[in-house]
Amino acid sequence: MIGLSHYLIVSAIIFSIGLVGVLRRRNLLMLFFATEVMLNAVNIAFAAISHYYNDLTGQMFAFFIVAIAASEVAVGLGLLIVLYKKYGSLDLDDLASMKG
Amino acid sequence: MYEAIAFYLFSVLTIGLFLVTVMSKNVLYAMTSLASGMVLISGFFFILGADFLGVVQLIVYVGAVMALYSFAMMFFDATRDIKEKNTNTALVFLLGGLSALVLVLMFAAPIHSEAIQALYPMHEGVGNAQDVGIVLFTKYLVPFEVAAVMLLVAMIAGIILAGKKMDDSLTEDLSADDEIMTQKDEK
Repeated sequence: MIGLSHYLIVSAIIFSIGLVGVLRRRNLLMLFFATEVMLNAVNIAFAAISHYYNDLTGQMFAFFIVAIAASEVAVGLGLLIVLYKKYGSLDLDDLASMKG
Repeated sequence: MYEAIAFYLFSVLTIGLFLVTVMSKNVLYAMTSLASGMVLISGFFFILGADFLGVVQLIVYVGAVMALYSFAMMFFDATRDIKEKNTNTALVFLLGGLSALVLVLMFAAPIHSEAIQALYPMHEGVGNAQDVGIVLFTKYLVPFEVAAVMLLVAMIAGIILAGKKMDDSLTEDLSADDEIMTQKDEK
């Protein structure tokens, strides 16, 4: 029988995959993909808790996360296009202009 | 029984696809595996009885967000492999795993303390979409409207940011233009 902890463990594994991606990626587009992975992991956890506690609040939060992710992608991709026009690259090491 | 089979199948496939997303050097592979992983995540939502959330996931993520990514990919050179300077992969894995574990423990701690009560319980015999609609438009009306304004702002920001100097070529491959011009001249 599949319980709440199963879903939470899967969500935690997917979240850590996304976190590893955020830490090791140097390309900005790939960094965006990793953040999407993390947001999806959180959505799984919210839906699972909503199901097992028979409560709709988790699903509501998941909806707002989806809306926030959509607007984040719209603004972020616009910024990426502007950056690519300006520097010709999306590599974070090339874009770092403040070297200490 | 079927739930268990579906759960294990979806979880193994999702984890594998997201690993491809995070590890792949090619943008196209990363994007397609991310899209298919999101389709499988909507499968999780359908198993959990959150039908409306699953449909929203399919439409918004797999439909809109992925289309946006693929349009943005046309601006960048997607066929070339991405070269990344990786510093000490083992350390990154250790740090990522540990911090994710700490985060999960932090957020999972209140669940096991029996302190959770159902604020807006689901109703028997009512479809998930109806239930969600009633709660969304009575209890969460203000956040809903704020989210609508936020999406409008994001749309305008995306248009303004991406629409500047659209007539310039991004890839700056002027030789291709010259080739076309010479072919025209030959004719």
